[in-house]
Amino acid sequence: MLSRLNRLVAYALTPLFLLFFAGLSYAKEPTGSRPEGWNLLNLPVGVSSLSRNSYELHMILMWVCVAIGVVVFGIMFYSMIAHRKSLGREPATFHESTKVEMLWTIIPVLILVALAWPATTYLVERYDTDEADMDIKITGYQWKWQYEYLGEDVQFMSELSTPESAIYGDSPKSEFYLSEVSEPLVLPVGKKIRFLVTAKDVIHSWWVIDLGVKKDAIPGFVNETWVRIDEPGVYRGFCTELCGKGHAFMPIVVNAVPEDEYNGWLADKKVAVAAERELAKKTFTLDELMTKGEEAYNRSCAACHMGNGEGITGAFPALKGSAVALGAVETHMDVVINGVAGTGMQAFGGQLSEVDLAAIITYERNAWGNDMKDIVQPVDVLKFKQGQ
Amino acid sequence: MSTDSNYYVPEPSKLPVLMALALGTMALGAGMWVRDEGFGVLAVGFLIMSAVMYVWFSTVIKENMAGMTNPQVKRSFVWGMSWFIFSEVMFFAVFFSALFYIRTLSLPWLGGEGDKSDMINLVWPGFQAEWPLMVNPDQVVGGEKFIGPHENMGFPGWGKLFGWLPLWNTIILLTSSVTVHFAHHAMKHNNRSKFNLWLAITVLLGAIFLVVQYVEYHEAYVEMGLTLSSGIYGTTFFMLTGFHGFHVTLGTFMLFVQLIRGFKGHFGADDQFGFEATSWYWHFVDVVWLGLFIFVYVLG
Amino acid sequence: MAYGPEKGIGRWLFSTNHKDIGTMYLWFSFAMFLLGGFFAMVIRAELFEPGMQIVNPEFFNQMTTMHGLVMVFGAIMPSFVGLANWLIPMQIGAPDMALPRLNNLSFWILPFGFTLLASTLFMEGGAPNFGWTFYAPLSTTYAPSTVNFFIFGVHIIGASSIMGSINIIATVLNLRAPGMTLMKMPLFVWTWLITAFLLVAVMPVLAGTVTMMLMDINFGTSFFDAAGGGDPVLFQHVFWFFGHPEVYIIILPAFGVVSAVIPTFSRKPLFGYSSMVYATSAIAFLSFIVWAHHMFTVGMPLAGELYFMYATMLIAVPTGVKVFNWITTMFRGSLTFETPMLYAIAFIILFTIGGFTGLMMAMAPVDIQYHDTYFIVSHFHYVMVAGAVFAMTSGIYYWLPKWTGKMYNEAMGKAQFWVSFIGFNIAFFPQHFLGLAGMPRRYADYSLQFAEWNMVSSIGAFMYGAAQLFFLYNVISTIIAGKPAPQEKTWEGAEGLEWTLSSPPPYHSFTTPPQVK
Ligand code: HEA
Ligand code: HEA
Ligand code: HEC
Ligand code: CUA
Ligand SMILES: [Cu+2]
Repeated sequence: MLSRLNRLVAYALTPLFLLFFAGLSYAKEPTGSRPEGWNLLNLPVGVSSLSRNSYELHMILMWVCVAIGVVVFGIMFYSMIAHRKSLGREPATFHESTKVEMLWTIIPVLILVALAWPATTYLVERYDTDEADMDIKITGYQWKWQYEYLGEDVQFMSELSTPESAIYGDSPKSEFYLSEVSEPLVLPVGKKIRFLVTAKDVIHSWWVIDLGVKKDAIPGFVNETWVRIDEPGVYRGFCTELCGKGHAFMPIVVNAVPEDEYNGWLADKKVAVAAERELAKKTFTLDELMTKGEEAYNRSCAACHMGNGEGITGAFPALKGSAVALGAVETHMDVVINGVAGTGMQAFGGQLSEVDLAAIITYERNAWGNDMKDIVQPVDVLKFKQGQ
Repeated sequence: MSTDSNYYVPEPSKLPVLMALALGTMALGAGMWVRDEGFGVLAVGFLIMSAVMYVWFSTVIKENMAGMTNPQVKRSFVWGMSWFIFSEVMFFAVFFSALFYIRTLSLPWLGGEGDKSDMINLVWPGFQAEWPLMVNPDQVVGGEKFIGPHENMGFPGWGKLFGWLPLWNTIILLTSSVTVHFAHHAMKHNNRSKFNLWLAITVLLGAIFLVVQYVEYHEAYVEMGLTLSSGIYGTTFFMLTGFHGFHVTLGTFMLFVQLIRGFKGHFGADDQFGFEATSWYWHFVDVVWLGLFIFVYVLG
Repeated sequence: MAYGPEKGIGRWLFSTNHKDIGTMYLWFSFAMFLLGGFFAMVIRAELFEPGMQIVNPEFFNQMTTMHGLVMVFGAIMPSFVGLANWLIPMQIGAPDMALPRLNNLSFWILPFGFTLLASTLFMEGGAPNFGWTFYAPLSTTYAPSTVNFFIFGVHIIGASSIMGSINIIATVLNLRAPGMTLMKMPLFVWTWLITAFLLVAVMPVLAGTVTMMLMDINFGTSFFDAAGGGDPVLFQHVFWFFGHPEVYIIILPAFGVVSAVIPTFSRKPLFGYSSMVYATSAIAFLSFIVWAHHMFTVGMPLAGELYFMYATMLIAVPTGVKVFNWITTMFRGSLTFETPMLYAIAFIILFTIGGFTGLMMAMAPVDIQYHDTYFIVSHFHYVMVAGAVFAMTSGIYYWLPKWTGKMYNEAMGKAQFWVSFIGFNIAFFPQHFLGLAGMPRRYADYSLQFAEWNMVSSIGAFMYGAAQLFFLYNVISTIIAGKPAPQEKTWEGAEGLEWTLSSPPPYHSFTTPPQVK
């Protein structure tokens, strides 16, 4: 009884498999809009020549595989159905044929040569980073990205903006749960943009599927890649190299805008940078610094030292009651600004503004029962930096 | 190829499981040791291992003397030893490959040459790739973790040729390969006293090599500022020569054991596998040194 | 050689018998399979829906890493060594393995090694959390200090593999029965000979790699640190020089099993024996020269990338030869579908699907989109679970009657197969979709658009996991209460020396070597 069941299931599954593969190809998505749920089946076409070429090659490969699969599995299922012992078949005795062996060596070779052709052209295209219109330096940190517009004196950090409570189910998840950032990378459409990708601590990998760009960020080395975005839109991506506990929590958002809009944004950004510098000269009260500090701490430090300042035993030290946070201000500033070489503790001096640094240090010295009562002003930070 | 019906299958033995225990203890102990948790466990593991190895080898020797190991069993030993040496070759290959990769690809990239981004100066402004590497990328940005040496181990020029220790070590090791061969030859002609003599000379040469290498390391650390942490040059230098030195130590010890066996009269014109295996090992160590001499010293 | 099995625990602890040691290997690997599978269940449970519910991200990474490590080094590799121990002496007409004491040592290292590895789960800092590929510097400078136990654990596990392989090589080359020329050996023996060669060649490379890590972590060297002139990518090169052959180490013995099962149930000799041998050798050779296809996004020079792309594509050719040969063996045979055959057929289908996705990934310009996504996860579970594990299961059902003298229950076997087969596909086919649509691997949590297929995948995974407990039940109930298996030939179409022995076979397989025509 069971063996008949077997046969039934086998017959049913043959077409099912082919259907699965066919399903992949059916889902040709319009560019831009995101497939979701059950419709999420295939590589998106994307919005650059790179992503389109990848997509095209992907489809070719898939159909070639489906075709080979139909032939190979077809023959196999034919045997399984027609050459069963229960039908009284006597086995044949042949077991060798140099001719067919040659045949099924040569045919795959030819198929592969045919496939290698487009693959080679597309790969060569990917390596052509010459004559870019602009350079963006992308630096991976545990667990955020830094973007520098080379030659423009504009740079900023971009980190996950989904609140922890949403991750742990204490508040609802928004539409772009884990795909939203504090500040997106803004890029002009139609320009050839060269990315210079590197990292400060461990290896990360910068991937935006719609742009067809994925490049590893290797600490100490600079990798080049490029893109020319064809359509304005918001494109979301992820870090794709395991980089520690926050690996799943350092997404990428690219906001591609028309060129004049981009220029306007850049000008505004420069103004904001200048204002920030100006702010560093101001003197703050303890309360102001504590409020600012808490916010900035939770954004930049809590990933490791935790919101309650208790860290993670064996990996990240507690700041609550730590000798550094309760010790000399200079040491404290030194650790935060210059980091601790060769550990997860980064040099935040180049990542955060003086105001944020001052606020965070003040906060750490006065939060969670740390009660130093001293205030670190942005000017102190500035002085410390210049004194080095 | 054919199997005799009396292929020796040893009886159940306590040795393997004790050896596994020793290795397990050593792994645990080594981990504790590098974590600064003391070396007691490591030492215990090492002791168990030494004891087990002693008994194990004695057992095998006894079995051999008792004639239990027929030629076919010996062929198994030959295969065993050959493939073990092959695995050692692969082990050294990794470190040599690392050296080649660093020298021909990644260092030039760090210096802005070759097929990689010319924007590397964003990370290491002003870093110059050279070999041997005297100034590390870390140093050009004011770091202190990896400080390059003031002097390196490369060829010092013809004038100082005879004060150049690696040259002497090459001569010593090459000679020792010849003397071990002479020993083998003597044993084949059943000339035991000659065998003992040549083998003793080989052991001595091995020991001298180690002393010279110790002197060299001392010089490197004390006078040249060349240490494990002086960047990739020190890293590759010490790892390659260090592992080689470790193998020479093992090889010398093994030869020494064979020498003792020689004195005890264990070997005969056609029964000398223990010695032969050791001599293959010794030749292998010698060949590795030649590679080192060329790629680490002469071209270094 | 008169001694028989000892009584009590000593039989196992002090064994020099290939069957006892083989049995220990098999049980050990199954225990590791359950452990690794348990880790996988934690992963799938956490990924059941978006948000962190069961574990935290830190622990999730430990689960992913331990799952990969335990499955690859603890479950699959030892299981095939166990099979080799049982079968190679019986298939070549030898009394035992060539170096029986070394054999026992190779086995007993494993429990120590894996206990050490697993004990890090309970230490401060936790278990390895840097992926089974342990890329530097996440695994060096940024690793918890328990990484040192991982390193030394890998050292001794590697030593065990090397010794086991040397033993297999010596056995195959030296202990064949008179008349059994190399080209008359069963394919399982051939695939293991080549596998053992691969192991001896690449395990030392792994040892060298972890040694470099050890030095970087504790002794100030800078192999993988650009600040000292090193290169993190160097790690990946040396790792994959080991890692790629490693995946063929996993699959070649599986090919051997399938090459035994398919002819038996087709009642027809294996088609193209010699081309199978050449194809296996070609795969082994190619496996040494394609490693950097795992590194298409690290920023290799164009020439390197092109080379590795072309070389990788070539592997499809000898692998194709094998697939075609199996199918031609079935063609015009007289087929029956007992459980081992069902598993073997499922192997061919699913492995080929996994091979196809492998070929797609070999194409560098698209792999840039596939790399480090669930598309890869799907690929390697198709070749490793539906490949290696299915073949292993097939082999167990196939030889269990020979080993124990007891026959498993066919209906139970078939039922177990179908639950596995369906569960497996529900678990891993949707991962293709997830990966293509952009879900990265090693993610503790994901965006909402990936929710549906992840849930499906988890359900399939639980189903597949339950099927493994079912398998355990089948094996144990066979051993305890199976009906006696037919003496000698259990299977009508089975060929080979092992079927000339009684079931269960004598303690010392062939005390007098048989004559092979
Ligand atoms: C058993 C293990 C196993 C096996 C057998 C394979 C087989 C193959 N693998 Fe796979 N692979 C893994 C285990 C395995 N792999 C693992 C574990 C990883 C991930 C590691 C990690 O990062 O953690 C991986 C990752 C991996 C990558 C890296 C992807 C990435 O990270 O970006 C690539 C890229 O080229 C690849 C390719 C291939 C190819 C071309 C084959 C080929 O051998 C397949 C050949 C087979 C066929 C092609 C099918 C049968 C052939 C025919 C029917 C003939 C006709 C066909 C044609 C002409 C098309 N594999
Ligand atoms: C041969 C090796 C092998 C095998 C057999 C498996 C088996 C399975 N693997 Fe595999 N897997 C790897 C090798 C393997 N894996 C590797 C190398 C990686 C990469 C790791 C890395 O990225 O570093 C990986 C990664 C990996 C991931 C990705 C994790 C991530 O990227 O974060 C996932 C996710 O679904 C997964 C799932 C599974 C499942 C469900 C099984 C199932 O087949 C397991 C089935 C077995 C059991 C379930 C055991 C039996 C049952 C019990 C013990 C009782 C409990 C049962 C229930 C509660 C139902 N694996
Ligand atoms: C990626 C993880 C990570 C992040 C993010 C991080 N730290 Fe740290 N921090 C560490 C680690 C690891 C150490 C321990 C360094 C060592 O070993 O000396 C550390 C140490 C410290 C110390 C010294 C504590 C002591 O007792 O030794 C202070 C102060 C500190 N960090 C402050 C900060 C501040 C302020 C921020 C945010 C602006 C921050 N850290 C963000 C990982 C991190
Ligand atoms: Cu950064 Cu993963
Ligand atoms: Cu590979």
